[in-house]
Amino acid sequence: MPPQFLRFSIKALKTVGSILITMLGLMFVTFLIGRVMPVDPVLAVVGERATKEVYDAAYHAMGLDKPLLVQFGYYLWDVMHGNFGMSLLTARPVSQDIARVFPATMELASMGTFFGVFLGVPLGVIAAVRRGSWIDQVARVVALVGYSMPIFWLGLMGLLIFYGILGWVGGPGRVGIFYTDIVPVRTGLLLVDSLLAGDWDVFKSAFSHIILPASILGYYSMAYISRMTRSFMLEQLSAEYITTARVKGLPERTVIWRHAFGNIKVQLITVIALSYANLLEGAVLTETIFSWPGIGQYITTALLSADMNAVLGGTVVVGLIFVLLNIFSDLLYQVFDPRAK
Amino acid sequence: MKIMKNIMATVVMGLAVGMTAAPAVAETPANMLVIANRIDDITTLDPAESFEFASSDVSRNIYSKLVNFNPLDLKAGYGPDLATSWTVSEDGKTITFTMREGAKFASGNPVRAEDAAWSLQRAVKLNKTPAFILTQFGFSPENVDKTIVASGNTVSVTTNKRYATSFVLNSLTATIGGILDMKTVMQHDVNGDMGNAWLKTNTAGSGAYKLVSWKPNESVTMEVNPNWYGPAPAMKRVIVRHVQESATQRLLLERGDIDVARNLNPSDVGGITGEAGIKVASELRGRLMYISLNQKNPILAKPEVRQAIKYLVDYKGMQDSFLKGQYVIHQNFLPATFLGAIDDAPYSLNVEKAKALLKKAGVGPFEITAGVREAQERLEIAQSLQNTFAQAGIKLNLTVGTGKQILAKYRSRELDMYVGAWGPDYPDPQTNAGTFAFNPDNSDEAQLTGSLAWRNAWDTDGLTKEVEAAVVEPDRDVRAALYGKIQREFLKVSPFAILFQRIEQTGERDNVKNLNLGGAITAVSYWPVTK
Repeated sequence: MPPQFLRFSIKALKTVGSILITMLGLMFVTFLIGRVMPVDPVLAVVGERATKEVYDAAYHAMGLDKPLLVQFGYYLWDVMHGNFGMSLLTARPVSQDIARVFPATMELASMGTFFGVFLGVPLGVIAAVRRGSWIDQVARVVALVGYSMPIFWLGLMGLLIFYGILGWVGGPGRVGIFYTDIVPVRTGLLLVDSLLAGDWDVFKSAFSHIILPASILGYYSMAYISRMTRSFMLEQLSAEYITTARVKGLPERTVIWRHAFGNIKVQLITVIALSYANLLEGAVLTETIFSWPGIGQYITTALLSADMNAVLGGTVVVGLIFVLLNIFSDLLYQVFDPRAK
Repeated sequence: MKIMKNIMATVVMGLAVGMTAAPAVAETPANMLVIANRIDDITTLDPAESFEFASSDVSRNIYSKLVNFNPLDLKAGYGPDLATSWTVSEDGKTITFTMREGAKFASGNPVRAEDAAWSLQRAVKLNKTPAFILTQFGFSPENVDKTIVASGNTVSVTTNKRYATSFVLNSLTATIGGILDMKTVMQHDVNGDMGNAWLKTNTAGSGAYKLVSWKPNESVTMEVNPNWYGPAPAMKRVIVRHVQESATQRLLLERGDIDVARNLNPSDVGGITGEAGIKVASELRGRLMYISLNQKNPILAKPEVRQAIKYLVDYKGMQDSFLKGQYVIHQNFLPATFLGAIDDAPYSLNVEKAKALLKKAGVGPFEITAGVREAQERLEIAQSLQNTFAQAGIKLNLTVGTGKQILAKYRSRELDMYVGAWGPDYPDPQTNAGTFAFNPDNSDEAQLTGSLAWRNAWDTDGLTKEVEAAVVEPDRDVRAALYGKIQREFLKVSPFAILFQRIEQTGERDNVKNLNLGGAITAVSYWPVTK
């Protein structure tokens, strides 16, 4: 076996092993928390008026009479066979629920991150290049507002102004009621599915509904990304090689974008990946305000009702996202910075 | 700079796409009813299992029953639905219903007496949470095939002893009384579950509507059932959208994207009052807000202390401030409009009287802990109680948690005091009498966790026997008088202080007519609605 292939295989196995151990630990801790927290999962099923007989029957049916490790063992065995159990709240397989709610969050988070990067990176670069100028001050205030303003308030104000008063965007929900369930679900991303189905009306409605919550999340994301970009750029712009490049007579555009920005790409990848992961785990408040049926609301509702199958399923998905995004950003490091190989 | 121009161009283009898709003034179609409501409490649509408010709303419109309420005349009480008439045997134990001819399920299958009998038998055999509504009549999985029987075009129901006919019939109007299409349901039987798994997310009824889809925490969509025996509803499609926030519901209503908003808080109700195109409707509901005192606490077990605490509640202050428009003072365990309801309200805030009672009891300043669910109005009530209790030397600590957290402690008799709400399970006085004033076995071992009297370790001071007598009284007026007497005694001696009865305020577009939420006795009906 060629040595390169061997090295690659070992590295791949280590990565997979690391993922599995991380996920196992995450699931066990979450499982444990779910079992020890003072919320009665049986009441979520039988309701508060259940007699002891009904309560006990449900308690046994849910396997809660078995030792914790045994319960976890059963759960792990099912997960390994692709069965995340049934959600107590939705009466559906957790995997089915997640297939429904995760694309909704992914669509929102992707668009929000896109806005955040699209606006935040150039803003951060310009603020760094024009340090101390009015552009820099405006950029810093914009970032500060994004950081400090409660997203709940921003969402409500956005709805009030752009939907309630101006009528510029669609209201809460993913799409207008007239367009519900019209396009077949292929990816779960409504914008993509409507384009695949060639239904321009559904696409327009979906876009008009997503633009506001995505902008709110994008603003939040932009605040973070622009601050970090500015900080990274300032560090680079004060380096000697930049002075050298300027002295050599290189165009300022080349100095900024090719040299300075080129050296912060790797750091930015981490920042953007983390920002995206944060949004992917579900922006509960945004989802609540905009009645967006995403994973944030799903996990939160499940947690408050002790629907542990749903909580664990959601946790696995979110944990996997973080892990995979970390791996992805590691790979991108190697593309942008050969020294990282 | 070129990059910035490109950025701006893209943003403007995106907004243009978004803006052109959003109509300046939205309006729902004339034959569609769109409602914003919190429906995250729906966990199942099986009538034998479902017990939440939002699922009751769905069930009422999808499942017909043997007897039912006419939403346009709730005061008349139950009337014929799938049963056109009924007779009662001499011994009062058997009610025989004659089925309506020609009724059909949404599937097209005829509604037969067998379906009715099987539906009720099934509910008893599955023995889920609401089964007690039927098993309280002596039905059990072992005997129900013989006690609920179909014969020809009739269904007979034989109870274990004579009960007031109104009690039995009122119970059959509950969600659990929904009649299912046996043939359709049994096609989905899995391992003898009688279609329970399938019915959690599907329906098989003969009501005015049929289910199109239920997306948890998102929406419920129903469309008209062409086989319903009643007059065709004007609203061909009903969509209930899950919208958590009151402010969001208000915006949707003002924009015309919904017809009805069901969870507006007082400030949003105030905001839409008087707005063009919108009206506010108020309807008295069955939910009661109450506090209860655990009799295992020796101080709270003293009769004078129980009385004193009832004088330490600022009923009027709360009603006129943060509960304004949402609750009305009501101090009895039967909600107004129920058979036997009374409107006695002998208690008001009287700190001096409370102090005198505490002194008479020989009790100095003391401390207790109340469990409160983290719902806004309950927290505010609890905080008001902290204030008024403190004026008489009682320190009230609050344990706040989710419903499940606090309920678990309440059911285990671990709380000194509980601040909570109770809604009737079926529209008969026994539903509340049987939980507030009935406790046949007060021991810890009895585990009568469904009974509020038991949860508070109260042996009811003899009221249990009076409740047992009232539930079998055949004469309606005598029965009403008996409940009146029980409630008056309850007011004096019980460790409960009933505080308020719920008013539900809905925001509606002013073209919506005949929307009836069900009053205190049933759930919402969509079939009479017109626009």
